[in-house]
Amino acid sequence: MNWTKRAQETLRRELPYEDLLPAELPAYVHSYVYYFGVATLASFVVLVASGVVLVSFGPQWWHVSGIGHFFNSLHFWTVQIFFFAMVLHLWAQFFMAAWRDGRQWTWVIGVLLFLISVPTALTGFLSQQNFDSQWIAVQGKDAMNALGVGGFFNLLNFGQMYSFHIVILPLVLGILIGLHVLMVRWHGVVRPIDDPPQPGKGGRRK
Amino acid sequence: MSDRQRRYYRGISMKPDDLLKELVWALVIVLGLGLILAAVFSSPDEPALTAQRVAKAEPSVLAGTALRALAGQSAIAEYGPPYNNQPGAAQSIGGFSPQTWAGVQIPINAPKAFVLRPLASAAALSPNLKTALLTYEAAPRSEQQVWVGAALKVLPKARYDAAGVVLPKGDYGPLPTMLDGYFQLAKSGLLEAAINQSGSVYQTDFTQALLLLQGQAMADAATPLHMLGAQWGMMREPDNYPGAVWLWLYTALYQVPPYSTSSSADLLVGLTISALSLILLLVPFIPGLRDIPRVSGIHRLIWRRPKER
Ligand code: HEM
Repeated sequence: MNWTKRAQETLRRELPYEDLLPAELPAYVHSYVYYFGVATLASFVVLVASGVVLVSFGPQWWHVSGIGHFFNSLHFWTVQIFFFAMVLHLWAQFFMAAWRDGRQWTWVIGVLLFLISVPTALTGFLSQQNFDSQWIAVQGKDAMNALGVGGFFNLLNFGQMYSFHIVILPLVLGILIGLHVLMVRWHGVVRPIDDPPQPGKGGRRK
Repeated sequence: MSDRQRRYYRGISMKPDDLLKELVWALVIVLGLGLILAAVFSSPDEPALTAQRVAKAEPSVLAGTALRALAGQSAIAEYGPPYNNQPGAAQSIGGFSPQTWAGVQIPINAPKAFVLRPLASAAALSPNLKTALLTYEAAPRSEQQVWVGAALKVLPKARYDAAGVVLPKGDYGPLPTMLDGYFQLAKSGLLEAAINQSGSVYQTDFTQALLLLQGQAMADAATPLHMLGAQWGMMREPDNYPGAVWLWLYTALYQVPPYSTSSSADLLVGLTISALSLILLLVPFIPGLRDIPRVSGIHRLIWRRPKER
């Protein structure tokens, strides 16, 4: 058996180019709420790009450089845009019950994305090396310690928090975003609640 | 199109769309908006609080911090896990106490970590301080505690001068010399480094130095910046910049009973939020919850008219 060939065939059957990058979408995809997901994705890209600039010069650069401070500001405000878009996306998907017709795992990964974005932002605040980081570290440690995780995920350990913020968590987010979008493309866009799938060959999907 | 999608879209008319163009436009708009916000509002960067600043601006707080650490009465000395085994300190709800189960992962001996060890590093430069430290460490614990207790008692009447702390007349053993040494170390800016010493050139973990000022000193610095917990500080940045706004629910819980009155508030809030997160995660599987969208009818604002077949 040729694995490569099998992969080719599976992809051709399950996720052909016309599904991965469709030039045609159902007519019901006709609302601004469909832009929230794309806006979240775009914010993530801008976050990674501005983050890479900040990281390239080291964690102390932006305190002493005007350009560094500007990139920090860009990163800081893009976080607000990212969460704003993501929360709108979340509630839009909720009120569209977009988990229907087999899309429950797309929803689950979406919620995971939200839940993992929170510590990503937290470790970002902790990586600033200023009063804000210091204050969030000493305040937040009590919450971590009460839940028994403070000894393993130590908000006061800069090296650990920085690693989580610039590598581990963004990597996890990036992978999950990729999976999320692939699943959206694989399923196609969910049908309106008032217009469920029609039974026919292959049966009605639940 | 795959057979699967063709079947799913049965009865739906398709219209042209350009996802890549949309993505690029989204990038341009988000980047543009971010650049404008960054240019107009910049971002906060309040310098970290240092023992040096506290020694100069609030010497009584630093003296109190040092003495309480020596007395074993500081918040950290009495914290419980992960720093030490103080009995009864861990948060717990009816015997459910993950803090206790996790155990001591970052052992901290408060008198040593915050006072005695940093002083010992400085003692090499000061024969007086060296003698005082030797006297203190040679004394029995009971006598040490008598000195520390006496000093803590008169601390509100202490004066502060260039040398350090001037306590009212009394017997504090070697403490006055030690306190002076401590203030000099703090004012020189070397106290944090002396606390953090890792025995190596390299250092990326600032746990102990951060814990030194974690009580009164940091709260006093946070108040004018509106960052106290009671000021909803968790979702704020210095100077009223927006912070972790998405933590609004988490922050709100701390403000209301039973959370606001519980001595295990952190555990209680943490468990509540974990439970709510789990529910959100599992919405598609929970009858009743997953029917809210259909019943609410809000979807009709998005999908205007049911498609004619
Ligand atoms: C980093 C965060 C996220 C990114 C980048 C992202 C991205 C996207 C994109 C681009 C789409 C397709 C276009 C659209 O319908 O808007 C989508 C669809 C979807 N998203 Fe997200 N998303 C994120 C988080 C979430 C969250 C938090 C949820 C819900 C809890 C969620 C649930 C869904 C669902 C159910 C769909 C399928 C919609 C359909 O079939 O019509 N996503 N996501």
